[in-house]
Amino acid sequence: MSQVPTDRVYSDSHEWLLDNGDGTATVGISDHAQEALGDLVFVETPSIGDELSAKQACAVVESVKAASDIYSPISGEVVEVNELLVDNPELINGDAHGEGWIFRLTIADPTEIEALLDAEAYGELIAED
Amino acid sequence: MPFIPHTPEDTSEMLARIGAESIEELFDEIPPELRASEISGLAPAMMRAEPEMAVARLMRERARADGEPLCFLGAGAYEHHIPAAVWQLATRGEFYSAYTPYQAEASQGTLQVLYEFQSMMTALTGLDASNASLYDGASALAEAVLMAVRANRKVKNARVLMPASVHPFYRQTVRSIVRHQGIELVEVPYDPTGGHTTIAALEQAAASAPCAALVVPQPNVFGVLEEVDSLTDWGHEHNALVIGLVNPVALALLSPPGDWGTQTGKTGGADIACGEGQPLGMPLASGGPYLGFLCCTQALVRQLPGRIAGRTLDLDGNPGFALTLQAREQHIRRSKATSNICTNQGLLVTAATIHLSLLGAEGLERVAAACHANTRTLTARLCEIPGVEPVFNRPVFHEQVVRLPRPTDGILKALAAENILGGFDLGRSYPELNGSLLVCATETRTASDIDHFRDALGRALSHASAN
Repeated sequence: MSQVPTDRVYSDSHEWLLDNGDGTATVGISDHAQEALGDLVFVETPSIGDELSAKQACAVVESVKAASDIYSPISGEVVEVNELLVDNPELINGDAHGEGWIFRLTIADPTEIEALLDAEAYGELIAED
Repeated sequence: MPFIPHTPEDTSEMLARIGAESIEELFDEIPPELRASEISGLAPAMMRAEPEMAVARLMRERARADGEPLCFLGAGAYEHHIPAAVWQLATRGEFYSAYTPYQAEASQGTLQVLYEFQSMMTALTGLDASNASLYDGASALAEAVLMAVRANRKVKNARVLMPASVHPFYRQTVRSIVRHQGIELVEVPYDPTGGHTTIAALEQAAASAPCAALVVPQPNVFGVLEEVDSLTDWGHEHNALVIGLVNPVALALLSPPGDWGTQTGKTGGADIACGEGQPLGMPLASGGPYLGFLCCTQALVRQLPGRIAGRTLDLDGNPGFALTLQAREQHIRRSKATSNICTNQGLLVTAATIHLSLLGAEGLERVAAACHANTRTLTARLCEIPGVEPVFNRPVFHEQVVRLPRPTDGILKALAAENILGGFDLGRSYPELNGSLLVCATETRTASDIDHFRDALGRALSHASAN
């Protein structure tokens, strides 16, 4: 059973978003998503300074079987990326909600966060998979 | 036993099941003009009676019409000596397939050939990684352009500096492939005296906006050697990725793209090298099939379309070969695959690998040196004819542009009548070079071939002036 931490919100395309409380948010992919993808071999992060809009493809995670786009759950400017993923993409497999975070961005419009799924709703979504 | 497994009863049963009256009806959505009809030159009665004999006879007649002309034509396809062993081995049953081996079904032998090919191409280009080939040189350049634009994170706009000294057919192919992907090709004019690309021209072309990539042909379509070091440095100073478009035979003498530029470390060297593998064991066969090669630095390896075969060890420690990286392939990217040319030229890769291993580094160098020497002789001899002169003043590899005192069209026809392919009419693609021919002499041309060409050209020119 995949973990679904309750301190954050989720998109229906399986990204999680954690409000850092300082005007920025951290984004990663859910435990459920990493399980479905299998062993990750490569992560392409966005670049610092990229201006993203909600639901824009901005990163790629690649397993031995498939490459999948990661979509930004909200709009904002990328302020930090997880450099460790370049050499250790498996961090996502090991700790998708912690060390395996992918990027941080400014929160351009807080109402976009409200539109995302809470842990309960996301848990129901993946139970249907 | 018939070779076609369907009996007439099978066929009518299948047609009945799908509700078609006849085979004709089954295919009726294909416009008639696209369907194979009678072959011109073959009598229908003959085709019905002895089709194989009729076709064989027609092929022989057409082959005779082709003849074996004395070839001084290059412009992207070159006549080289191919050791007999190359195709004797490449056409063995173990290798001989038009099919591209994809994944698990590729045999160890095929995978090893791909691995050896890649190893040789990286050695020739001085870059870290090579794929297992693409359709041809022109599409390899298009893939290199797509790759550079994808990979360049410093310059986001999809503009690519494309010198006019890149083969016009290549530029046309690249345009066809990239124009709907939002990529703009910015043409850089060549220097009219040297026939090469200058820094000043690059500065001017890139003045309005930065460019994601710069293509550097070496040698360029005029046979002229570009100043690759300064062009590469300029590209990197302007945050452009540098794509070397190279002739693999020339690389035996010239510095490999991986060494271009005066800067060292990560900023030195071309980032991508590509080109046409035809000179490595493929005969001139009316324009194909050929193979494109594409190499890059380690930093760009995940942007490389196609497959990479790797050498590994199995659980028992025995060496084995496997397709290790295919990050841009359709089965990995699905609908998001950004390269649509995901096939390789497996059989031609086999021929190229055998060709290169038979020649060795020294053999390839001898071929390259002989080509260069013959072209120098050719130019010197042709320029003995009054009114014939070289157009550009810079060093060349194995082709050179010469200006004729008469229109090239009639001259080429007169030479063809003497069974000589006299060169590429540059006026077709460069109006300002009207009256100029691109001529080529590979190692297969002898001194007497060259004298014969000079005499024939002299006759054609004097005949043209008499008329």
